[in-house]
Amino acid sequence: MIEHWLIDLAWMIATILAVVVPLLIAVAYLTLAERRVIGFMQLRKGPNVVGPFGMFQPFADALKLMAKETILPAGADKVVFIIAPMLTFVLALVAWAVIPFDAGLVLADINVGILYLFAISSLGVYGVIMAGWASNSKYAFLGALRSAAQMVSYEVSMGLVIINVLICVGSLNLSDIIEAQRDMWFALPLLPMFIVFFISTLAETNRAPFDLPEGESELVAGYFVEYSSMSFALFFLGEYANMILMSAMTTVLFLGGWLPPFDFAPFTWIPGPIWFVLKIMLCLFVFLWVRATTPRYRYDQLMRLGWKIFLPFSLIYVVLTAGFLMAFDKLPVIGG
Amino acid sequence: MLSSVFFYLFAGICCLAGLMVVSSRNPVHSVLFLILAFFNAAGLFILLNAEFLAMLLVVVYVGAVAVLFLFVVMMLDINYSELREGFQKYRSLGLLIGAVLLVELFATFFEYSGNVKSLPSPGAVHNTKALGQVIYTDYIYLFQLAGLILLVAMIGAIALTLRKRSGVRKQVIADQNSRTRAETVKLAKVETGAGVKEAS
Repeated sequence: MIEHWLIDLAWMIATILAVVVPLLIAVAYLTLAERRVIGFMQLRKGPNVVGPFGMFQPFADALKLMAKETILPAGADKVVFIIAPMLTFVLALVAWAVIPFDAGLVLADINVGILYLFAISSLGVYGVIMAGWASNSKYAFLGALRSAAQMVSYEVSMGLVIINVLICVGSLNLSDIIEAQRDMWFALPLLPMFIVFFISTLAETNRAPFDLPEGESELVAGYFVEYSSMSFALFFLGEYANMILMSAMTTVLFLGGWLPPFDFAPFTWIPGPIWFVLKIMLCLFVFLWVRATTPRYRYDQLMRLGWKIFLPFSLIYVVLTAGFLMAFDKLPVIGG
Repeated sequence: MLSSVFFYLFAGICCLAGLMVVSSRNPVHSVLFLILAFFNAAGLFILLNAEFLAMLLVVVYVGAVAVLFLFVVMMLDINYSELREGFQKYRSLGLLIGAVLLVELFATFFEYSGNVKSLPSPGAVHNTKALGQVIYTDYIYLFQLAGLILLVAMIGAIALTLRKRSGVRKQVIADQNSRTRAETVKLAKVETGAGVKEAS
């Protein structure tokens, strides 16, 4: 009886590690890819010395960070200060529990998968606010305020975009959402929403051109100025894991998840998880591309874009989508 | 067995966090404990198989409302000794309100018979779907009314804070975009050592 339970537990831990370990390696190589890609776009080489093509650079960086001293500022609220980076990192990891890598290949195939993802991504703001407040420093505080306002604003339009997809699917389950795209990826019929969603994910992950919370020129580094060593590394890992998570979310909602682009021979030979990873990599490349080529937004323009353009636009699109499906009698059978 | 362990875990943390909300000295800590309480309440919902409500609790209360709480509380300029005095002054009132709430809670608990008629039984139907059917069919008017009340509150808040200020330059993006090359760019031929006479 007890042994059975132990085997279950061991299996659970093994499956979780099977998701988390590749994720952490992906995060490590995403940092390298970012520097290399931006380097090539700016006619530089990027880090290419440590190992072949600079492949060991992320590990060298990690070792360097671990060897450094963790500094607790004297005026900081110590408990909150330490919890904040942990929270950021843990939230970036737990969201992966519901991401399906292939038909049936998912840790927890829950009914409200997309809501779970949305809830977890909306919690990310707490790591930022807590870090900014607990640091007891004005730069960190201002960075945290900016970031919180930004993330809350763009969540609203993201929610409406998700509703658009849900109207077309009739289920909150991520596997159902992907299966519904077997004939056509939602990126085509919902193209404007796809673009809105992608820009919102840029804002949600505090990436360029919306990286105001860490705007070097004004706020030094934003909410994590006071962090050093591994506590800084956790923020860093959390940010990149969040980028991958948002790319996965985009892939699930709009790019057909594990489905091949065309449902015939040469494409169906490649297994689903590989398609899934390829699509995530495509999204991540666009993340880096945008960072290398766009100037930073001004804060009021960022707010204007979120509230005055994306919000009404996605709301109108919800009405249009619902109206279209209703008029042509194509509403999905709910819960079926 | 396992679910009762989780119940006591969530319920215990929820009660403790609630206690810390009222007893912790630092208001920011209070809000953080409030968030912990919300989170554990969501866990309790999940144990009841009400996963949609649980996620909604996290998205709305933790993800949006509590963020705004934290925002406001963080920016308060607080004197802790003054806060303590206020605590002494309002203690009796607070205890009274707490007592009334507790009595009412127990009253409903003893009156509760366990069968709510209006809801379909859980398990028979997907609970997201069940909620949707109840809210958008039977209670559609009440639901819309609730939305309308929130809308009025929002408009009220905007009307209270919006003011026209003179002497503030605002960016009008439509104006900027409608400008043409002819009216904005002028090519000037500059003689060496002479400079440009008129800047505009």
